[in-house]
Amino acid sequence: MRDDQEEILTMQMDSPEDVLAEADTLKDQLKRMARQNKLAVISAVVILLFVLGAIFAPVLTPYEFDQQDVINRLAPPSAEHLLGTDELGRDVLTRLLYGSRISLLVGVVPTVISMLAGAVLGICAGYIGGKTDTVIMRLADIMLAFPSMLLAMVIMYTLGDGLINIFLALALVSWASVARIVRSETLKLKESVFVEAAKSMGVSRLKIMCRHIFPNCLPSLIVLFTLNIPSAILSESSLSFLGIGIKYPQASWGLMVNLGRQFLYTKPWLSLAPSIAIMLVVLAFNFLGDGLRDVLDPHLKDQ
Amino acid sequence: MDEAITLSVRDLSNSFFSEKGEVKAVDHVSFDVPHGSIVGLVGESGCGKSMTARSIMKLLKYPGKIVGGEILLEGRDLVPLSEADMSLIRGEEIAMIFQEPMTSLNPVVPVGKQVQEAILQHRKISREEAKKKVLHMLEIVGISEPEKRYRCYPHELSGGLRQRVMIAMAMICRPKLLIADEPTTALDVTVEAQILELLRELRDTIGTSIILISHNLGVIAQLCDYVYVMYAGQVVEQAPVLELFDHPSHPYTRGLMDSVRSLRRGDERLSTIPGVVPNLLRLPQGCRFAPRCPMAGEDCRRCPPELSRLSGEHLARCPYARR
Amino acid sequence: MEKKILLSARGLSKDFPVSGKRRLHALSRVDLDIYEGETLALVGESGCGKSTLGRTLIRLIPATEGSISFEGQDISSMSEKEFRPLRGKMQIIFQDPYASLNPRMTVRDIIAEPLETYHVCADARETTQRVRELMKAAGLSEEYLYRYPHQFSGGQRQRIGIARAIALKPKLIICDEPVSALDVSVQNQILNLLKDLQKEFGLTYLFISHDLSVVRFLSDRTCVMFLGKLCEVGNTAELYEKPLHPYTRFLLGAIPGIDPRARGEKRPLLKGELPSPIHPPSGCRFHTRCPYATERCRTEEPLLRDVGGRQVACHRCEEI
Repeated sequence: MRDDQEEILTMQMDSPEDVLAEADTLKDQLKRMARQNKLAVISAVVILLFVLGAIFAPVLTPYEFDQQDVINRLAPPSAEHLLGTDELGRDVLTRLLYGSRISLLVGVVPTVISMLAGAVLGICAGYIGGKTDTVIMRLADIMLAFPSMLLAMVIMYTLGDGLINIFLALALVSWASVARIVRSETLKLKESVFVEAAKSMGVSRLKIMCRHIFPNCLPSLIVLFTLNIPSAILSESSLSFLGIGIKYPQASWGLMVNLGRQFLYTKPWLSLAPSIAIMLVVLAFNFLGDGLRDVLDPHLKDQ
Repeated sequence: MDEAITLSVRDLSNSFFSEKGEVKAVDHVSFDVPHGSIVGLVGESGCGKSMTARSIMKLLKYPGKIVGGEILLEGRDLVPLSEADMSLIRGEEIAMIFQEPMTSLNPVVPVGKQVQEAILQHRKISREEAKKKVLHMLEIVGISEPEKRYRCYPHELSGGLRQRVMIAMAMICRPKLLIADEPTTALDVTVEAQILELLRELRDTIGTSIILISHNLGVIAQLCDYVYVMYAGQVVEQAPVLELFDHPSHPYTRGLMDSVRSLRRGDERLSTIPGVVPNLLRLPQGCRFAPRCPMAGEDCRRCPPELSRLSGEHLARCPYARR
Repeated sequence: MEKKILLSARGLSKDFPVSGKRRLHALSRVDLDIYEGETLALVGESGCGKSTLGRTLIRLIPATEGSISFEGQDISSMSEKEFRPLRGKMQIIFQDPYASLNPRMTVRDIIAEPLETYHVCADARETTQRVRELMKAAGLSEEYLYRYPHQFSGGQRQRIGIARAIALKPKLIICDEPVSALDVSVQNQILNLLKDLQKEFGLTYLFISHDLSVVRFLSDRTCVMFLGKLCEVGNTAELYEKPLHPYTRFLLGAIPGIDPRARGEKRPLLKGELPSPIHPPSGCRFHTRCPYATERCRTEEPLLRDVGGRQVACHRCEEI
């Protein structure tokens, strides 16, 4: 029909720079990270192992998490109890595995809640602007002005103990920073030509936010997600250590560190084992987050 | 004979090493820049013209690399030189100006200071003396009220003035060679005409040789003495400017010339080169232009043609090139 | 033959606030008519307000002052809701084919978006079918339906942008420098395509460009803009043959020709710098750079007036 239709027969790049361009799909970018960043891959494996350990805890150990062996109290590591027992004669490895359920849940659930809330609020603030922006961002400023640990403690004291309350407290202290980053991203995207194009076609505001702004914030959100999980895990550990988080007989790593504290010099494995678990998971998430950030979102590097 | 040549590039090859394989961005490119001449490199995006310029400055960005050839600046090969030696040559003997004069200038330093730093880098002179030289150079590049402009920040200047500042910065040490990489592409036509005029004046008064890189045949026709047409990393045709525009021989050059739109007549239909520039990762086996070439035969698709002499200094990489 | 006016603007002004209380006058009292089925070119240098004018005409940005009517209806005073049904009749093709497509949407979703917004098709299957037709019309192969923008070259991306712009069967398309980011040979492919589509769908173009050779090929009428004002409007062939406004002459004279022998000829060069649109010069805005300027030009603003079938805003265009 047209004499220049042959142009379309082959898919091409424009220049050698394009061949190397960053503009790959999410999948390509993840593949590239896997090839270039071995540390990130190892971290992903470590996280996966912990997740599997948490899920299959009952299969992996012959003991119940609150099963007491009074004769074997405070036993050192042995073939029977690989990481020894605590002052009530409970198997430390078992409690560590069960504890990882709580710790990982506490890492993921509040982070998901805060990401969702932060993304929605950040996009609204950035895209709608005006009063909406002012209200949301002043609220975020107030949240950020409090020391987050103190805030979480106040919330826990008010709401009382329990897993759900921990989720709420941790989500409440971390949405603000997410909202800020998403807002600045939104402000940039709002000026982009493809958003103008959508406007020129009469696409509604809500649809522009859902279809054009949000998907382009995803890379940043993924990075933030992996970087926020460890801070949630650490916060829970701190709260439990201070005795206002998870309560006995539930197991959580922070609680285990706390209980082992009094035997720190004589029976170091009681605190050391959960401490190392916390460290491993936190480091793994951080390394994975760094790796993801490098491939997905280079400009976040300086933040 | 050799003394008359400022720069001689011999069999220069550049590659990018990506995960998808080796990208030969520049493939055995050779050309000469005689003293006081303006040599044009012309081609579409991705043809390797900017890559060639960057490798002369040895400013190739990672993962780009020079993989072969020689770059002889008055007989001295630049390829084996260390970064420290290169920084002595950059600005002093070879200078470069870029397409986008905004991003090439530091936004928080007054432009005069930036030009001054360029000369203090290479000359052991006092600040006052340097400033005097800077003001003089600003005047040479056609900046009115140099004293006032000296204190301006880049954002206070128009695109044309910023490009003039860039040229002043490049010319302050009176280099032997100026590489101008699409110097007018980001500018308006009336400003473009002024800048081209300025480049010609600089060549005439200071005697600097210039490599002018452009996709615009009009710019090339206005300024250059000798032209190299590049396609997919190779030189496909080279000739003195009159010869090239009178007798374009390679089908690609002819396609480019036909693509230029006339101002005088309203064409019913514009002439195009069908297809697009080949992906450098998957180059055709034979002639790189064959898939888009109206005259390509079976042999063109099979074996790559060599540059062959048509007459005097006129060479083309096509067996069917018209003499 | 009396031509029908599709869109007409009267006294259109647009200011942008800049730092402090100052205002940047991007457009000052512009009057413009676009006839049905024609291509009207809008040329001028960067910062002259041509893109702002294009966007203001289709209400992508609100005008500060003035009225716009489209097919006889005053669209400048309409509410967003009243205007919505008309929005689809005015589309825009953008300059940068890299930035104007959402990188996280497939070609199918990009082209389908306007169709879905206006519920043109009954279901997703019909939409996809329509997208295929549009891709074909824009010279794109259907097999690329589910690819992402980054897999295409600049020219192909611009075709996607064009397919999206014609999806709603618009009357008027604003082409905002649609080829200036592309290679010359690809530019011509896109320009030919635009000409074909105009014939096929009876489109009216407002073609914004800084490149006069592009305009020469495509447009029926040309209007030249300088610093937020129109300085010359007329039939393209006549305007190129004999430019009347001094600025038009400089603009035409500045284009480097491809004849290396002509380089000896002295070309008229514009002196000086573009005046600031924050404090535009009094009188004729071009007088600071115009070699023919007189006292009258400095004080009295020239209005567009008929000169030999053309409109020119210059006091002295007959004498010079």
